Amino acid sequence: MAYHCIVCVKQVPDTGNITGEAMKADGTVNRAALPAIFNPEDLHALEAALQIKDKFGGRVTAITMGPPGACEVLRECLYRGADRAVLVSDRRAAASDTLATSYILSQAIRKIGDFDLVFCGRQAIDGDTAQVGPQLAEKLMIPQITYFEQLVELSGNTIRIRRNTGNGWEILESRLPLLVTVIDTANEPRPPAARKVMKFKRARAQMELAGEIAREMPSASEDEKKSAVTNRIQELKSDGLLIDQWDLDYIAADLQWCGVSGSPTKVHRVQSIVLTKEGFTNIEPTEAGVRKMIHELIIDHTLG
Amino acid sequence: MGNFFTDNDDIRFLFDHIDLAELARVQEDNFAKPDGTDYAPRNEQDAIDNYRRVLTIVGQIAADHIAPRAEEVDKEGNTLNPDGTVTLGRRVRENLEVLARADMMGFTLPRKYEGLNCPTTIYTMATEIVSRADCSLMNLFGLQGIAETINAFASEEVKQKYLPKFARGEVTGAMVLTEPDAGSDLQAVQLRAWQDDDGQWRLTGVKRFITNGCGDVLLVLARSEPGTTDGRGLSMFLAERCPRIRVRHLEEKLGIHGSPTCELVFDDAPAILIGERQLGLIRYVFSLMNGARLGIAAQSLGVAEAAYRLARSYASTRKQFGVAIERLPAVAEMVTEMKIAIEAARALTYETARVCDLENNNLRVMEENPQMDAAEAKRRKEVARTLKRLNGMLTPMSKYYASEMCVRVASDALQVLGGSGYIKDYPAERYLRDARITTIYEGTSQLQIVAAVRGVCSGAWEKRISEMEIAEYGDALLANLKSRLAEGKALMLKAIGVAKEKGAEYMDLYGRKLVDSAITVLVGHLLLAQAQKNERKKAVARRYIETGLANIRRDVDLICSGDTAPMEQYDLIAGPVPR
Repeated sequence: MAYHCIVCVKQVPDTGNITGEAMKADGTVNRAALPAIFNPEDLHALEAALQIKDKFGGRVTAITMGPPGACEVLRECLYRGADRAVLVSDRRAAASDTLATSYILSQAIRKIGDFDLVFCGRQAIDGDTAQVGPQLAEKLMIPQITYFEQLVELSGNTIRIRRNTGNGWEILESRLPLLVTVIDTANEPRPPAARKVMKFKRARAQMELAGEIAREMPSASEDEKKSAVTNRIQELKSDGLLIDQWDLDYIAADLQWCGVSGSPTKVHRVQSIVLTKEGFTNIEPTEAGVRKMIHELIIDHTLG
Repeated sequence: MGNFFTDNDDIRFLFDHIDLAELARVQEDNFAKPDGTDYAPRNEQDAIDNYRRVLTIVGQIAADHIAPRAEEVDKEGNTLNPDGTVTLGRRVRENLEVLARADMMGFTLPRKYEGLNCPTTIYTMATEIVSRADCSLMNLFGLQGIAETINAFASEEVKQKYLPKFARGEVTGAMVLTEPDAGSDLQAVQLRAWQDDDGQWRLTGVKRFITNGCGDVLLVLARSEPGTTDGRGLSMFLAERCPRIRVRHLEEKLGIHGSPTCELVFDDAPAILIGERQLGLIRYVFSLMNGARLGIAAQSLGVAEAAYRLARSYASTRKQFGVAIERLPAVAEMVTEMKIAIEAARALTYETARVCDLENNNLRVMEENPQMDAAEAKRRKEVARTLKRLNGMLTPMSKYYASEMCVRVASDALQVLGGSGYIKDYPAERYLRDARITTIYEGTSQLQIVAAVRGVCSGAWEKRISEMEIAEYGDALLANLKSRLAEGKALMLKAIGVAKEKGAEYMDLYGRKLVDSAITVLVGHLLLAQAQKNERKKAVARRYIETGLANIRRDVDLICSGDTAPMEQYDLIAGPVPR
């Protein structure tokens, strides 16, 4: 039996390579100062979906919500074997918290329709909330299994998954459709495939084209640019390289649940924490010395 | 997430320095006709962008996937099964899978066979990058020359059948040449090819030291003309893995443990003839070997790069006498020598790859267009002749120079680590064990010298140097260095004159010194051209040329001395054969 997997991916600032300008004065992330990357655990989610496609057949649809620049992660999905890519982009979706984001994604996934599995990375490295996946399952009114580590069995409409429980694992069985959040020990994401890269590096969403055409034809009139965009869209469409681009109207989203109005999360206070070194302790390199150290670590709850 | 392409300043510099637009044009026939695939580049910039992306993928796989498994591959090796098949180590299989999945196994094959149609120059860079991660994996990744040979010489039917399988990584190949009594001297190959009553070719005999002899598609050099004894009686055959081909023995080797080295028994195994009878050695194997030699040069660069990086980082952190040891003159000299030697060998190897691309594409166009007009055909023929001569010198030079450099650098790297290098806690000892094969297989250094010294003494070298001397350098330092190279050339011409006068045996006796000096002048010019675009390279070029010139003086003195003691007084000096 073939399965249709939808993978939710996110473009995030690379918080693994923090520099001094990583945070703005108001305590929010300075996205301009950090390179944008594919959220690491989402790559594992994509890999999990692609492995199901490899083994059982079917197709993989990648979806992201974000500005036009987020198309880069969609192309990365196409390079690795996703069959279709969908960009949900709308200014009115700006400042969405996890609740609004999961609502918007749920509307988009309903629009895609007819799916067996939804894969999300456990969490994104910019917010680290791990909320979007679970909330999305609730909104789609489907069961969820978080902390996916291994596919144990998939047969007909039933799936068995081993999930990590922090200090062990458990195997759960579920009916499809199901939402799964994936952790980084689940698999080793495949590299991009060169032939797909050579093909899909040209894939674009409509929103990306206007800027590109403006750069390519700086002295052209607005009308000329417009018709160039239209032509480019037709070309891309006939080559199968047009990334679907949906706004909130298209996915029939209720605007009061989107963006600022749909986001109850309020940042109460932001603290800039600078880690400093405060002295050091000498540990005797003896059995007794190590014992003493471990004892102290237990007392201050570092261990145990 | 590491990347062995993007973290390597010198490879990235050369990527920009080499005229890739020219290579892309010849590789893609000026982008004139679409080939019906949806991933063909549309112009030079598009093609170069593809090359960069491909190398970025290889670099990522090498750093994140292959390198972390190298130690295990080295420990685990491969297994010979009782039925004469071989099971590759688990990590080796994983490495091949990930490379295949990334479309890296049809690197240079045309797109119509699902390949990437990349120039050899880019493949050479990729080979270096893979080898830095795991030297032994290169022996499998680098076997793509087998598919290239099929592409160059087999019938369309054979190409259709096998090449897409190679490109997808569904099959691996082996070049099956060496026999117990036919190593460097392949003219002595004995394995018999004969036709049964149905006209089916069959192979009977034993082959030895076959890298990946357990592979699925074997290109076998065999004696198809009974009663002959030389190279003209040999033809090339393709045999698919079957129960009539057994691996009898897996060699236990000093290094490259991930690469299975097989002794193969052919028991009337069915095979198909590739190309024409009797051209097996003199045409097809020479072509195959040329590509393979360039591959070993790239492999050598990769291992040397890995060893250098380890040594440099150790030398910068290890403190003795109150300073990092790299600040001690003796260590500083070793480290800088290593770095310069790698960049020099890389300059020569990539230049050779570039010339290979020009030559191979010229030959391909001639073959694909038998109807081209007479003037164009004549011009191309002339180009082919020149490039063949040049490559006949550059390829053995690169293989010799890069592999000797690799052994020296790996040895010096271990030396920098001292006792820590000699134990297994660091990969320095593995690098040295792996490095050691590079001067031996695909033709020993001694054989490469024999091939290269002909080019050095026959005018190909002088012609190439004269072409390179046309370059003008406004920079005073570079102009001065150029005149130093002219000194070197004059000395060399004197030595060449003496060697030619004294005959072929004398030329071979001093072959190494002649080739070393010839390489110094040639690489000196390459580094000058690089230095024009890069400040740091000025220091590299200066040090390389100054030390190189001192060596040329010493070597030329000896060449001109006429001393033939190693031949004339061999028995006297070597003494009795030990019992």
